[in-house]
Amino acid sequence: MAVKVKIPTPLQRLTNKQSQVEAEGFTVGEVLADLERNFPGFKERLYDEKGELRRFINIFLNEEDVRFLEGLNTTVKDGDEISIIPAVAGGSL
Amino acid sequence: MADFTEDQIIRYSRHIVLPQVGGKGQKKIRESKVLLIGAGGLGSPAGYYLAAAGVGRLGIVDQDEVDLSNLQRQILHRTADIGRPKTHSARDRIIELNPDVEVVPYQTSLTSDNVMEIIEDYDLVVNGCDNFPTRYLLNDACVLADKTIVDGSIFVFEGQATVFKPHVGPCYRCLYPEPPPPGMVPSCQEAGVLGVLPGIIGSIQAMEALKLILEIGEPLIGRLLLYDALATEFRILKIRRDPDCPVCGDNPTITELIDYEEFCGLRPARC
Amino acid sequence: MLTDRDRERYSRQILMDRLGEEGQERLKSSTVGVFGCGGLGTITSLYFAAAGVGRLVLVDSQKPDLSNLNRQVLHWEKDVTEGVSKAESAKYKLSNFNRDIVVEAHTAMVTEDNIEEFFGETDMVVDCLDNFESRLLLNRFCIETGRPMVYAAVHGFYGQLTSIIPGKTPCLRCIFPESPPPEPFFPIIGVTPGVLGLLEATETIKNIVGLPGTLRGELLIVDLLSYEMGKVKTGFDNQCSVCGKWRK
Repeated sequence: MAVKVKIPTPLQRLTNKQSQVEAEGFTVGEVLADLERNFPGFKERLYDEKGELRRFINIFLNEEDVRFLEGLNTTVKDGDEISIIPAVAGGSL
Repeated sequence: MADFTEDQIIRYSRHIVLPQVGGKGQKKIRESKVLLIGAGGLGSPAGYYLAAAGVGRLGIVDQDEVDLSNLQRQILHRTADIGRPKTHSARDRIIELNPDVEVVPYQTSLTSDNVMEIIEDYDLVVNGCDNFPTRYLLNDACVLADKTIVDGSIFVFEGQATVFKPHVGPCYRCLYPEPPPPGMVPSCQEAGVLGVLPGIIGSIQAMEALKLILEIGEPLIGRLLLYDALATEFRILKIRRDPDCPVCGDNPTITELIDYEEFCGLRPARC
Repeated sequence: MLTDRDRERYSRQILMDRLGEEGQERLKSSTVGVFGCGGLGTITSLYFAAAGVGRLVLVDSQKPDLSNLNRQVLHWEKDVTEGVSKAESAKYKLSNFNRDIVVEAHTAMVTEDNIEEFFGETDMVVDCLDNFESRLLLNRFCIETGRPMVYAAVHGFYGQLTSIIPGKTPCLRCIFPESPPPEPFFPIIGVTPGVLGLLEATETIKNIVGLPGTLRGELLIVDLLSYEMGKVKTGFDNQCSVCGKWRK
């Protein structure tokens, strides 16, 4: 399955400034693994030492947070969109 | 409209004629009390537009003084304000725009010791703070005190906005259970920011505050608005309350304020 | 050339690798026309001044009245009392806000005969108007002189935005072959022109700096009540009385 992955600004240095890339897989986890193969560095950013998704980064499949679906095992279909949404603090500075 | 002066009716006439506002709505706006956290990039446009709309009381919390490098985006402050407390220049600007607004400056940082007392007097909190400890502190305090937060944050070209209404929608911890470790996410100081970006997010926060006050439209409760200034794209994602959330979940484990610097890894835990 | 003071003042945006010193220099050396100093014009010009656009040309024929103050954040109660014009009131605030830029104010009715006097030296013009007649005047001028313009319009909680690049995108006449009837007392909540004015400022800055993703041939639709936000493609009108002949 080919899926669009939306890359947030803080991580665009890993994708040569591209804000959207394609990746493949049958589940969200597989898509993210494919992303790591094409653009090394994501794994360290998205997962902690135990291999769990970091808790200050959310992964959305289309408009739903995968934590409330089946997490990394959520299946994807062709044309789906995955968004990586990190916590950002910037405001008054 | 009996208790509005003729001048006030003219001043607000362009939105009083909106069916979603009307005289009743204008009264709600006047009776509302909104607290701005930060008089910076987000708080500046939010402050201007809430004041222009005729909000009754506007509290402003900020500990900083105006610096030359702020002026690229913080439109409440002018060149001559450099070195002055931000809450003072913000107050001056807002009163010049609309003297009907009562402005209450709090020239201090938000801490576990003062937050409950400060938020107590307000109906709504518009959050434009620039650091994680304050975001978690404010979130927990607002869940405990049952105050709604209109949240905004920005990074270089991207912004996020949402509304945290305790127990109705998710809170900040439901969305981001833990802060990133220090150094993991670069700050605006390191990565820069397009000045207009906080302008847009701050204005959207003002819009959300007014929608909540007027009880109109579809406020961003349980929805995260993403704005990408490079692609000129708005997207909406659904966000949910986490039943296991330590502060707003079904069995909360956080029932009083904690040490947020420590929680965010900015200070080692003390024994 | 940027001064040390510029480097400090605009440091947060120079830091962005997509903008950098080069982008800041482009902003500094550009002249932007702001046609209309009302709800849209006050906020766009404020953020142009903040961002360091070198020269601003403000044009408006009116004086602020009390019913403007729910949205026109550069005009204050004393300006209404003193009867200062909108262009002058905005110039005064903007000059105080940023003393390092040049702000020109023109209090005048713009016509086909004199539009060149005001906008002839601008690199771009931002449409911050409240009526279609003036918009079409500006549209024609920009098409005939090959000048990019940014269009925005607001009503209630609703707004629209696009970039018009002569020869490359449809013009305002292509998009709206017929003008809407004038509305003498249109309803508006202040934040709507705030958001649209900021989107216009962003669009203009992106055009000047050469950033990607500008709305060329696309109309952005914004509804702040529901956040139904979307883009529609705009098409060239081959019969367009304004840009048709220029494209041939």
